[in-house]
Amino acid sequence: MAAPRAGPFFFMLTFILRRLLATIPVLLIVAVLVFLMLRLAPGDPAAILAGDAASTEQIARIRAGLGLDRPIVVQFGIWAGNLLAGDLGESFYYKMKVATLIGQRLEPTLALASLTILIAIVVAVPLGVVAAWRFGGWFDRALMGFSVLGFSVPVFVLAYMLIYVVSLQLGLLPVQGYQRIADGFWPFLRHLILPSITLSVIYIALIARVTRASVLEALGEDYIRTARAKGLPEIRVLVRHALANAAVPIVTVIGIGIALLIGGVVVTESVYAIPGLGRLTVDAVLARDFPTIQGLILFFSFVYVLLNLLIDLSYVFLDPRIRY
Amino acid sequence: MILNNWSIRIGGGALAFLVLIALFAPWLGTVDPALFDPASRDLLPGKSGQITTLDGDKLRHTFLMGSDSLGRDIYSRVLYGTRVSLLVGILCALVALAAGIACGLASGYLRWLDGILMRFMDGVMAIPAILVAISLVAIWRGSLATVIVAIAIPEIPRVTRLVRSLVLSIREEPYVEAAVALGTPTWKILFGHILPNCVAPLVVQGTYVCAFSILVEAILSFLGVGLPPDIPTWGNVMAEGRAQFNDYPHNIFFPGVFLAVTVLAVNILGDGMRDTLDPKMAKRV
Repeated sequence: MAAPRAGPFFFMLTFILRRLLATIPVLLIVAVLVFLMLRLAPGDPAAILAGDAASTEQIARIRAGLGLDRPIVVQFGIWAGNLLAGDLGESFYYKMKVATLIGQRLEPTLALASLTILIAIVVAVPLGVVAAWRFGGWFDRALMGFSVLGFSVPVFVLAYMLIYVVSLQLGLLPVQGYQRIADGFWPFLRHLILPSITLSVIYIALIARVTRASVLEALGEDYIRTARAKGLPEIRVLVRHALANAAVPIVTVIGIGIALLIGGVVVTESVYAIPGLGRLTVDAVLARDFPTIQGLILFFSFVYVLLNLLIDLSYVFLDPRIRY
Repeated sequence: MILNNWSIRIGGGALAFLVLIALFAPWLGTVDPALFDPASRDLLPGKSGQITTLDGDKLRHTFLMGSDSLGRDIYSRVLYGTRVSLLVGILCALVALAAGIACGLASGYLRWLDGILMRFMDGVMAIPAILVAISLVAIWRGSLATVIVAIAIPEIPRVTRLVRSLVLSIREEPYVEAAVALGTPTWKILFGHILPNCVAPLVVQGTYVCAFSILVEAILSFLGVGLPPDIPTWGNVMAEGRAQFNDYPHNIFFPGVFLAVTVLAVNILGDGMRDTLDPKMAKRV
């Protein structure tokens, strides 16, 4: 426990510090799992890493670099050391450093994911609030029905349905492809609208459900009755009193949903031919390009853990009662 | 009691219908899903054409859902695909439940193991499920067994957490204390007293794992990293139809509808069971 006279700032600092420390074992275990992944594969890890077209000499060089003749703990040490130095290894398929490769493919994925999260939050939170407000009514039931549907329709089926209606029948948006933001903002956005809507559906279903549940719980509290009794407008009761108190679970589920989002990115980029990290993942798996697969898993998991850390830290601001 | 719930009636009914389709696929006007005929390529739904049997005979056949670019009957492939999807969904759920129950019981009851095991599970959960599945399939190469295990593995931590939390609360119950006081062996307490009380939430969790696994299997096949392309799965049929989507959307439409309806049926059934079997959980979400 902290010293009795410690102020709120001290609590916040220790909380942030402890949360930061708690992510270290998680990232370490992710690294161990990704490292062990290749050892699970049948055959020589060096030969697998080098790919199908490698020469014997190349394989020997990789074997020496990985320290494959040394104990497995030493091998992990060498690998993790390189990792900490930012060296994710080299893709023999793409003939470049994996870190460089990821850097080159980052922009489309970042753009797609950001727009998706933005659409999801802007759409889902109001829907959830209204459903909770009109609990049990037709809007509520329709939203719950939609959310089960959103969880069930596969992202690529939805993608093709949207392409068929919006692009092929109505001709409103491009079928597929990607334009860099440097080539103009409007073409960039036009190419991203359909993929983002596709990807956001499952996310909207998830966030709307949780928003509804937590706002519903908040609406049953005494302070809501008080707020209504003193004659506040309903919108203010809903937003300033109910939604603000329901914020923690909503923000939490946005963080958890990022894992779903990453899975969806892999599929969506593939359908819409977007040259991002998701497409790279599929291409790497098809080419059995293991350095790239390892690098991508580490990268995605790191981003996921980091975003959830930031979300945990945001609780301190969202809910002043939380003191860890 | 259970059948009074409308979600269970609708979801269970739709699912029972799909099981019947899977079982009776050979007798529902289908042909061998591997058969093809170059003369019947890219037929629109409802068109009639010929198909060559393995003996070289030419049969007249009506392509209810059209044919693909090799001249295979999509109707037959979709109906046989029901078998693969249901099998993968059920087996993935069973594998994930079995492994999750073992880890969860161990973690909840053996305190020294708890910390290590749960940190390990946190690590697995930090890797997005689809990435785990596709990289495991890439390592092991796609077959029915590897695809099932690869899809089930990322689901294990969630089941483990559920079982662990149930064990932690059930072990404080008076009947468990009484059993401990009577000197009942630990394994008997775990399997005779604690596990039976976890059944309802586990059944509910199992249906969600089943629904998600069916989706992931279709995604893997669709991306070309799942089951080999000659196996008729919905994902494979869609993967095959991708290149010609602009001209022949039916290649994607029919398997897509079957996939969505199946996952929806399992999810609705799961929601219904959650509401009837596990009222505490129903209030939470």
